[in-house]
Amino acid sequence: MQLKLEARPARLAAMVWLSPVVAVVLSAVAAGLLFALLGRDPLVALYTLFIAPLGTVMGLTELGLKATPLLLCAVGIAIGCRANVWNIGAEGQFTIGAICGGGVALAFGESGGALVLPLMLLAGIAGGALWAAIPAFLRTKYNAHEILTTLMLSYVAVQILGWLVHGPWQDPEGFNFPQTRQFLPHATLPLLVEGARLNIGALFALAVVPLAAVLLGRTMTGYRIRVAGLAPGAARYAGFSAAGTVWFSLLLSGGLAGLAGICEVAGPVGQLQPIISPGYGYAAIIVAFLGRLNPVGILFASLLMALIYLGGEGLQMDLQLPPAATGVIQGLLLFFLLAADVLILYRPRLVLKPGVKHA
Amino acid sequence: MPDPGIILAILVATLRAATPLVLAGLGELVTERSGVLNLGIEGMMLVGAAVGFMATVVTGNPALGMIAAMLAGAAMALVFGFLTLSLLANQVATGLALTIFGIGLSALLGVDYQSHPITGLATVISPHLSEASPAVQQLLLIDPLVMVAVVAPFLVHWYLTRARGGLVLRAVGESHDVAFALGYPVIRIRYFAVMFGGAMSGLAGSYLSLAYTPMWTENMVAGRGWIALALVVFSTWKPIMLALGALLFGFVTIAQFQVEALGIDIPPQLLATLPYLATIAVLVLISRDTTRTKLNAPAALGRSFHPST
Repeated sequence: MQLKLEARPARLAAMVWLSPVVAVVLSAVAAGLLFALLGRDPLVALYTLFIAPLGTVMGLTELGLKATPLLLCAVGIAIGCRANVWNIGAEGQFTIGAICGGGVALAFGESGGALVLPLMLLAGIAGGALWAAIPAFLRTKYNAHEILTTLMLSYVAVQILGWLVHGPWQDPEGFNFPQTRQFLPHATLPLLVEGARLNIGALFALAVVPLAAVLLGRTMTGYRIRVAGLAPGAARYAGFSAAGTVWFSLLLSGGLAGLAGICEVAGPVGQLQPIISPGYGYAAIIVAFLGRLNPVGILFASLLMALIYLGGEGLQMDLQLPPAATGVIQGLLLFFLLAADVLILYRPRLVLKPGVKHA
Repeated sequence: MPDPGIILAILVATLRAATPLVLAGLGELVTERSGVLNLGIEGMMLVGAAVGFMATVVTGNPALGMIAAMLAGAAMALVFGFLTLSLLANQVATGLALTIFGIGLSALLGVDYQSHPITGLATVISPHLSEASPAVQQLLLIDPLVMVAVVAPFLVHWYLTRARGGLVLRAVGESHDVAFALGYPVIRIRYFAVMFGGAMSGLAGSYLSLAYTPMWTENMVAGRGWIALALVVFSTWKPIMLALGALLFGFVTIAQFQVEALGIDIPPQLLATLPYLATIAVLVLISRDTTRTKLNAPAALGRSFHPST
């Protein structure tokens, strides 16, 4: 028996949006099997993962909190992917954004008043954009591919953060823990719900969705991006600057990841420490694909991924499952999505006798 | 005149640091020569490191551990192959998925084996290692996997330039349509190449957890899979150049310890950025010359093959 793929005469448009649903269902089934293998009741585990976090107001605010960095990073990654620019170093831009914004908070200390927070946010965006500018420069000037440069710079960024919190920026009264001083109230993002950790960073993320949708769908810049991704030859022929597209999409996605970084440390984390992200920058790649590289789709995908993070914490606490289980489910999700996407362009057919030709 | 003992130590340390890069890099080189770009090396190495370590702890035999690591790497590669070769999924996206999945899977598998004590490969082979004189000790650190890494580049070079199978594999990587028209089983050859790449990545991972460190910790590959990927580009898809590049990187990796030993006061975190910065530098140097890269890259690299198109 052999699997044959027949090219469809036209794209199966419905499958574009059906495929993420199929992928989520298959991932849930696979996750259930995984939980059973690990000796847990699969139904209880799946309930803990997907349903339990949604049952309380607190859970919903945490969902929004975790979706914020995913959404911000993923929108940037998606705009890059639309232009065929692969920024997989959002984690590094996130980290540098956190460092630059956090540095502003530490520099002002108790002074600065209402000026500090806007400056922190701007520094975060600038830091992320600057970190993404390096791969943009290396790609446009030296043709070095951004997949490797963005990723290598992520490792560098995490080391820089480690150096700062172990060294020059370490809290002198922090009992030698590798962390900076706690940011003061005027250097932390205002909360949206009393008693919860959800902050106005979520509003920035929500505002980015329509802005990115308009940018991609309604502006000349968005048009250039889409043409550069779909038909690079046509983009060149039309005189669209290839270097300009690379610069624009990398600076934009770096800035968004930087904003996510500063929102995280000026929000739930509240200081700089060696680990400020449970891999949001990498998970955002999955979110971007799951959301079909579309800002509105990414909004939903980021909520789902936030749910997996949140439910994963529940699995750790209630069922003593290791945190890595979350990572496995994330990976499975992307596998199933890529597999289901085959159906957009091809019709699968099982052929009993190999070698029999189909017209 | 520097002490010959120190020079020997530096040489051996360089060779050992280069070994995982050579093994994983050769696997990816063969994969890419068949026209497939697998960005999942990091994930396959991690799973190989975890599985190899677990199998060694359970059986007490590092050879079985290495075999288990190769099988695990090949199994990961099979998933990648099924998605990209049979289901024609995008190779870049699938490779990223493989790495993300591998990070999670290895952490999950190895959760009960964190900081579990194990005897390093060199000590397993020569139990009296710690009693030997310093020079002999250094030589004994050249374990069988290091020797494999020394010999393998020549074997792969021979295979790709002299053996019939290697020539067919390259033909598939240059033009799958022509190779298919000539009657070669394009997909089957690519499956073979992808799984060879996975097995080599798995072996490279097991070297890290069984000999180099030797222990299992989460995410212990620390970007070496990506560095191996950069080395393939750097080598312009030539095995011997790849080995030389890996030696260069091995030297950069151990330079951070040498700097500390010399008493130069640079924070360890900043020294740890050296291999990543060196990767970027090497990539820039090699990519600057577009014609050279384009001439040497397998022409069908990254393109899916479907007989009807």
